[in-house]
Amino acid sequence: MTRQMTGAKMVVQALKDQGVDVVFGYPGGAVLPIYDEIFQQNDIRHILVRHEQGAVHAAEGYARSTGKPGVVLVTSGPGATNAVTGLTDALLDSIPIVVLTGQVPTFMIGSDAFQEADTVGITRPCTKHNWLVKETGNLAATIHEAFHVATSGRPGPVLVDIPKDVQFATDHYSAPAPARSHYQPQVKGDMETITEVVEAIEKAERPVFYTGGGVINSGPAASQLLRELVQATGFPITSTLMGLGAYPASGDKWIGMLGMHGLYEANMAMHGCDLMINIGARFDDRITGRIDAFSPNSKKAHIDIDPSSINKVIRVDFPIVGDVAHVLEDMLKVWKARGRKTNSESVARWWKQIEEWKTVNCLAYQPSSGKIRPQHALARLEALTKEHDRYITTEVGQHQMWAAQYLGFEDPNRLMTSGGLGTMGYGFPASVGVQMAHPDSLVINVAGEASWLMNMQEMGTAVQYRLPVKQFILNNERLGMVRQWQELLHGERYSHSWSEALPDFVKLAEAFGAKGIICDNEADLDDAIMEMITYDGPVIFDCLVEKHENCFPMIPSGKAHNEMLLGEANTQGVIDAKGSVLV
Amino acid sequence: MSPLKIKKGATSHSAYNLRPNFSDEPETHTIAVLVENEPGVLARVIGLFSGRGYNIESLTVAEVDHTGHLSRITLVTTGTPQVIEQIKAQLGRIVPVHDVHDLTVEGPSVERELALLKVAGQGEKRVEALRLADIFRANVVDSTLESFVFEITGTPDKIDAFAELMRPLGLQEVARTGVAALLRGKE
Ligand SMILES: Cc1cc2nc3c(=O)[nH]c(=O)nc-3n(C[C@H](O)[C@H](O)[C@H](O)COP(=O)(O)OP(=O)(O)OC[C@H]3O[C@@H](n4cnc5c(N)ncnc54)[C@H](O)[C@@H]3O)c2cc1C
Ligand SMILES: Cc1ncc(C[n+]2csc(CCOP(=O)(O)OP(=O)(O)O)c2C)c(N)n1
Repeated sequence: MTRQMTGAKMVVQALKDQGVDVVFGYPGGAVLPIYDEIFQQNDIRHILVRHEQGAVHAAEGYARSTGKPGVVLVTSGPGATNAVTGLTDALLDSIPIVVLTGQVPTFMIGSDAFQEADTVGITRPCTKHNWLVKETGNLAATIHEAFHVATSGRPGPVLVDIPKDVQFATDHYSAPAPARSHYQPQVKGDMETITEVVEAIEKAERPVFYTGGGVINSGPAASQLLRELVQATGFPITSTLMGLGAYPASGDKWIGMLGMHGLYEANMAMHGCDLMINIGARFDDRITGRIDAFSPNSKKAHIDIDPSSINKVIRVDFPIVGDVAHVLEDMLKVWKARGRKTNSESVARWWKQIEEWKTVNCLAYQPSSGKIRPQHALARLEALTKEHDRYITTEVGQHQMWAAQYLGFEDPNRLMTSGGLGTMGYGFPASVGVQMAHPDSLVINVAGEASWLMNMQEMGTAVQYRLPVKQFILNNERLGMVRQWQELLHGERYSHSWSEALPDFVKLAEAFGAKGIICDNEADLDDAIMEMITYDGPVIFDCLVEKHENCFPMIPSGKAHNEMLLGEANTQGVIDAKGSVLV
Repeated sequence: MSPLKIKKGATSHSAYNLRPNFSDEPETHTIAVLVENEPGVLARVIGLFSGRGYNIESLTVAEVDHTGHLSRITLVTTGTPQVIEQIKAQLGRIVPVHDVHDLTVEGPSVERELALLKVAGQGEKRVEALRLADIFRANVVDSTLESFVFEITGTPDKIDAFAELMRPLGLQEVARTGVAALLRGKE
C-alpha cells in the first residue's frame, strides 16, 4: 500500500505506524515542516523539553521503563550536537531510542550553511547506526528500518538525519516491512553449549548467577524465566546495577548488587565461586576489578546477544550468543529433561559460607550525628514508598550507589540510571520521560545537588505538562563521589569538589511553579517524605545530608574482589579502620 | 577447542571462534568484509579501527555486486588472537556489514596486490633494473630516457622485495593498491 505525501507528513505517519505515542523534542528551522505536521494531528503527543540533552534522556527513561523505543525530534546543528551526550549514554547502556534530526537542504550540505553540522559524521561513533536521507522516497522505509535496528539484537540509539528539502518534497509512503531488513541478529543459543552449561549446573559446588541489563533488554519473559531458573536450582544470584529488579530484591536467593560498590557477600561469592553463569552482563570494569584476579577458580558461562561482548574482557568457557529469554527457556527445558539435578549438598555448604559473609553486614552505617545520613534518608524513602507503584531514576554519584544499595527493586524496568557513561544530569529528564509513560505512578529521581543542576531547566517541562516527578536531592554541597576519591586516593586534597553558591531549592521550585521542601533533621524526615509523595505535582526535595559521608563497600580501582574497603561501617572487627584492606 | 557456533546468514557471522586459544603473540590476519554499498560505510569501518585502537596495515574497497549493492573491503591487520577476535566481532556488529571472513583462518587463500614503481637511472643501473623487473615479471608501463614505471602484481612480500631491490637503482615513487584476497577452491 503506498500513498503520496510530503516527507514531513511521512515522518509523522511512520511514527504512528510504529506505534509511537510520545515524542520528546525541541523545534528549529530545519524541522519546521515536521512540527507543522505534528500541529495538525492528535495521535502523537509532543513534549517540549528545555534542552535537547533532556529530550534524549527523557526518551531513554521512557524506553527503559516501558520496553518500547523512545523517540526524539530536534533541529539541525546545535539541536543535533546537544543530543550527542544522550546518544552516547544510550549506546553504552543499550537503550533503544530513535532520534530524528533536521538538516540543511541537500543542495546546501557541505557549504557551511546556517546551523549545518555533519550530524551523521558526529554521531557515527555514538549511535548503533545512523542515516542521512537524501530522497523523500526513501524516508519512510529508513525510519521503519531505524526502529527495527534500534530494537533488535542488542538495543541502542539510532539517528535519522532529514534535510529540509526532503521534508517538503512529495513521494510514495511505504508502510513498515521489517522482513526487508538484512539485519536479523541471532536469538537462539547453541544447544550443545547450553547442554554443557546444564551439565556444569548439575555438578557445581559453588555456583553463582551474575545477571545484568541484558535480562531487562530481553523483556519481561526473560525476568520470569530467570526467576524460575533461580528458584528451581536454588543458586545464589547477584546482579549489576543495570540488571536490578530482574530478580526481586526480596527473593530468598538474592545476595545483592556486585561490583565496585556492591555487597561484600556478592563480591566474595563472585570471587570464590566454581561456576559463574553470566546472563546478559558485560564484565564491566566496575565489576571485574583487577582482571587477573577476577574469580580465579571458576568455569564461566556467558549468555549475550552481542558476540563482541563475549571474550572481550574475560575469557569464558561456555560462550552462548543469543537472547536471554530464548536461551533460558532452552536451558530450563534441557535441565528439566535431564532430571532437575543439582549438587544440593555442596550448594547448601556454599550457602552457609554466603550466610557467614552476610553477617559482615556491609551496608551498616553510623547512626545520625545530628545531620541526616544519606543512607538513612534512602532507607526511609524505601520504607515509605516501597508499597507504591514506584519508578526510580538517579543522577550520578554517591547517591546513585546508595540508591542501588538501599532501595529494593522488585521488578524489571523500575530503575533508570546512567550506568555505562555515568552522565550527571541524566536522572531528572529521565524521570520526566518515565512519568510521561506512567502518568499515575510514583516517579522519584534520587539526585545529588550537583548532578541535578546539570539539567535543572527541565523543571519547566515538568511544570508545563503537570508531571508530578519527585526530585529527591541528597544535598551534601559536594561533588560527593569526586570528593570521596580525593579523600581516599589523593590525600584529602579536595580540588574543586564542592559547590558554592548553591540555589535555595525551595525558592527555585517556587520560581518554576512547583513545590519545594527542605529537610535537615531526622525527626522531620518521614513527614517531609510523606508530604512529597502526597503532593499532586512536581516537587524538589532538598534533603540536607552529612557532607563527608563515604560510600562503602568499595573496591578501589585495580583491586580484586576480595580486597574490598568496608570503611567506617564494618561491624565485625575484621577491618578496624577506614582504608583498611580486606585480604 | 570447539569451533564457533554462530549461524551463518545471521548478522553475527561465521568467522568467529568463540573459544579460541588465546596467546599474546601478535598475528597478521587478512579479513574480508562484505558490506552494503551505502554512504559512510567505509568511515564506519575505519572509525572502528581508530576508535578502538586497532591497526590497519592495508585496506582495499570496491563494489563487487552492483545489483546486490555489495562492496568488499579487504583489510590486513595485526594483533593478538584476542584482539583479532574482537576486531571480527566488532566488524560483524556494524549494521550494514553482511559478512566477515577471516581468510587467514578459513584459508588457504590467494592474496594479490598491484604496485606501480617509478625508477630513475642511467647506464648500468637502468639495465639492472630492467633485468630484475624481468625476473619479477614486472611490466614496463611507461618509459623515458631517464626512467621507467614498472607495474608489478603479487603478494605483498613479493612487492616489498622488488621495491627493496629497486631502491639502490633509483626508486623514486611507489603506489600500491593494498591487498585483494579470495579463498581458494569453490565457494
Ligand atoms: C559512579 C558509578 C559507579 C558504578 N558502580 C557500579 C557497581 O558497583 N556495580 C555495578 O554493577 N555497576 C556499577 N556501575 C555501572 C557500570 O558502570 C556498568 O554500567 C554496569 O555494571 C554494566 O551493567 P551490565 O554488565 O549489566 O551491562 P549493560 O550495560 O546493561 O549491557 C547489557 C549486556 O547484555 C547484552 N544484551 C542486551 N540485550 C540482550 C538480550 N536480549 N539477550 C542477551 N544479552 C543481551 C548486551 O550485549 C550487553 O553485553 C557504576 C556506574 C557509575 C556511574
Ligand atoms: C557530566 C559529568 N561530569 C563529571 C562527572 C564526574 N563525576 C562523577 S560523580 C560526580 C559528583 C556528583 O555530585 P552529586 O551529583 O552532588 O552527587 P554525590 O556524589 O554528591 O551524591 C562527578 C563530578 C560525571 N560523572 N558526569
